[in-house]
Amino acid sequence: MSRGWIVILVASTIIYCLKAAAPMLLGDRRLPAWLTTLTTLMPAALLAALVAVSTLATGKHLQLDARAVGLGAAAIALWRKQGFIVVVIVAALATATARARS
Amino acid sequence: MASPEAAVVRRAIRRQGLAIGVSVIPFGVAFGIACSEANLSTGEAMGFSVLMFTGGSHFAAVGVLGDGGSVGAAIIAAVLLAMRSLAYGVVMAPILTGSRWFRALASQLMIDESMAIGSAQVEPADQRYGYFSGGISIFALWNASTFVGAALVSSAGDLVTTWGLDATIPAAFLALLWPRLADPTQRAVAIGGAVIAMGLVPIATAGLPIIAAAAAVALARIAPRRPVGRS
Repeated sequence: MSRGWIVILVASTIIYCLKAAAPMLLGDRRLPAWLTTLTTLMPAALLAALVAVSTLATGKHLQLDARAVGLGAAAIALWRKQGFIVVVIVAALATATARARS
Repeated sequence: MASPEAAVVRRAIRRQGLAIGVSVIPFGVAFGIACSEANLSTGEAMGFSVLMFTGGSHFAAVGVLGDGGSVGAAIIAAVLLAMRSLAYGVVMAPILTGSRWFRALASQLMIDESMAIGSAQVEPADQRYGYFSGGISIFALWNASTFVGAALVSSAGDLVTTWGLDATIPAAFLALLWPRLADPTQRAVAIGGAVIAMGLVPIATAGLPIIAAAAAVALARIAPRRPVGRS
């Protein structure tokens, strides 16, 4: 078997177990109150972390570049109550423009 | 659930799913190209996309292999980046109820975007609808675009950066986070999560900053509480 397929099969199996652990093991049981609080709040922390990392990180470096301009434009669009698709397009346009000018 | 309001909500959720699916297309194409540049076959590129299906993990594993890294290093890189799937599972488990087979199948769609769209909805039934809208849309479009990149496109050029497409993903995550920011507790947790993640980027392995951000939930204890309602 090729190196690629060994990585695919081993890593995919482990990753699938990570994905399925909670849905398979918790099942239909009612969650304890503290876990419910955790699951209502955790998406905010995870989403904000995804926003920060995908805007500012390049490998192990933090850098402020054209992506931040796009995110700023997206924030303005959201504040002006624009829809999801508009927000995403505005971000791409702002970033592309900022890059073209630099 | 057949009221006109419910239909409007569902249509909005489907549009979110489609939009986020379309926004990953350039990354899928770029991944396919990265595979051919790392001397992986089209079959292997599709193996990553269909079986692993976690976005960042693919790039990490193929990056390690392409740089001549060992099989073990590639596996560790991919798994570390995907550790957050465990946290997403805890968040999504309450709405992914059903038979064992159903839950087993639904779990494969556990990625950033399906969690994000699912948890952005208010009603549990809509959360479930959002999870599948995002998950199925991305599964279809990501795999199709990986195939295009691996089998048909010869070089990436600057497809992603020239058109500013790398800004679409953070913008989509921000849009899904936005409604939560109106609540002071959620806002405190969000800021904490972003700060933790950024602080860890320079020192931690890729993937860890996102998982560690979950610790920001502890801020809910000291953040201003809502006068009435859930604690």
